[in-house]
Amino acid sequence: MKEIESGNRFVVPALLLLSLVTVYPLIYVFYLSLQRRLLIFDISRFVGLDNYIFLLRDDRFWNAMKNTAYFTVVSVSLELLFGLSIALLLNRQFRFRGLVRAIVLIPWAIPTVVSARMWEWIYNTDFGILNYLLGTEINWLGSPSWAMNAAIFMDVWKTTPFVAILLTAGLQIIPRDLYQAAMIDGAGSWAVFRKITLPLLKPVILVVLIFRTLDAFRVFDAVYVLTGGGPANTTETLSIYAYKVLFQTLQFGYGSTLSVIVFLCTGGISLFYVKLLSRGMK
Amino acid sequence: MKRSGFYLLVGIVIFYCLAPLIWQFITSLKPDYELTMIPPVLPKNPTTDHYISVFKGHPFLRIILNSTVVATSTTLLSLAIGSLAAFGLAKLRIGYKTLILGFILSVSMFPPIATVSPLYIIIRGLGLRDTWWALIITYTTFSLPLSIWILVNFFREIPDEIYRAARIDGCTKFQAFYRIMLPLSAPGIFTTAILVFIFSWNEFLFALTFTSTTASRTIPVGIALFPGLHEVPWGDIAAASVVVTIPLIVLVFAFQRRIIEGLTAGAVKG
Repeated sequence: MKEIESGNRFVVPALLLLSLVTVYPLIYVFYLSLQRRLLIFDISRFVGLDNYIFLLRDDRFWNAMKNTAYFTVVSVSLELLFGLSIALLLNRQFRFRGLVRAIVLIPWAIPTVVSARMWEWIYNTDFGILNYLLGTEINWLGSPSWAMNAAIFMDVWKTTPFVAILLTAGLQIIPRDLYQAAMIDGAGSWAVFRKITLPLLKPVILVVLIFRTLDAFRVFDAVYVLTGGGPANTTETLSIYAYKVLFQTLQFGYGSTLSVIVFLCTGGISLFYVKLLSRGMK
Repeated sequence: MKRSGFYLLVGIVIFYCLAPLIWQFITSLKPDYELTMIPPVLPKNPTTDHYISVFKGHPFLRIILNSTVVATSTTLLSLAIGSLAAFGLAKLRIGYKTLILGFILSVSMFPPIATVSPLYIIIRGLGLRDTWWALIITYTTFSLPLSIWILVNFFREIPDEIYRAARIDGCTKFQAFYRIMLPLSAPGIFTTAILVFIFSWNEFLFALTFTSTTASRTIPVGIALFPGLHEVPWGDIAAASVVVTIPLIVLVFAFQRRIIEGLTAGAVKG
């Protein structure tokens, strides 16, 4: 049967809500980004592209851009590496596999804010367990050279499960006989991984990369709660900078400009991956 | 790989995932003076003081209530609106269907920070600031792509004949939807419900922006802004963290299959 009956009315509520709460604000944020708007003084004036011109010369913006790029590249790479290792482990048959899978899901399920506060205590300079275990006295969250890496490690801990679970699902749709055939041909496990597992897993890896890259690029909670963007703005990401301009200095015009930039960047990242994915399908 | 080596690796994974949580639990049982003791090991005199203080000194119960109401309402609304749309998209003729699906998918990639400033102005204008509704409306919308995506997959698996039979028996389209199709897709509904609930229980940016008092503040905001007069109350924070994490751990252990199914529905099949 071809679907002959019209179902337009069924999608109306969803489309209405999506338009009002995501599309309309998105148009609005572009409009705001062309204004000088200070919420407390009721100032709002059209300034054209002034905010964008200011942005190009704003060192703090470029710093945030650099931090966000670093955070995204390093955390996503590590998550993929750890996630793939865990997935290969979970793909084998063993007792208590269900239990182990549930345990792996736990870091994913707990609120990011809670995990940030957990790690804040682990990273504590004087009384934290990390310094005790390593025998060091490093100020993990207070030193410019460590803070970003500490935040990245926390994020990796929190989101590796997501990557591992998706990759495990991807591994399970690879036909078993392919492996058996390779084994009979005498292929070693590294060769099997490179020649069979990796190529067949590629589409799933790409999808995981899309999700994770977009998520990492807009990172807010994890870093904001852990370091607040400090020390000396070394962990200030684009979302944190935008949030501070919007809600701490209440400059809704310039803050919206920063928001637009985050939106455009994520749009660009999605397009890039979609291109990559559709080329892989051919 | 040898069997023992394999189990050692599994052990490392379990340790990696659980150690921070266990440490938080241990911290929550330590009296204040032990928190600053070196070496930081197991509590010598375990106490429930921090748990008592979390519930007594702070409006913690109210914050838990806020999160419960917001997450539950969001889940129900998102399911109602999402299942309608998913049913239409999976089983009926809809103009520009591919375009609509693409639009819904692209919305799921919107960075929240991009819409937070206009939404704040709109919500303030409507007088909804610091209310449950501000969060319920926002969360429902942002969870819709996920709901629709998972449910479309489930509805597609139900044979068209079942829907057609219901129509021939005299059901209206809507009756066929909620009497026949909805019960048949119960596993999908359930999977969606768990994921949407966890998303709304954990969300931080909108909650931080749209709430200003304990009237509507949710758990993540409460924990991020945990009040401390002079020093950070590590013990209390640990206790509060443990309390709000327990429901999630229960959810994960009870429904891990469903959660995994939901997480992979879009990613692997699509």
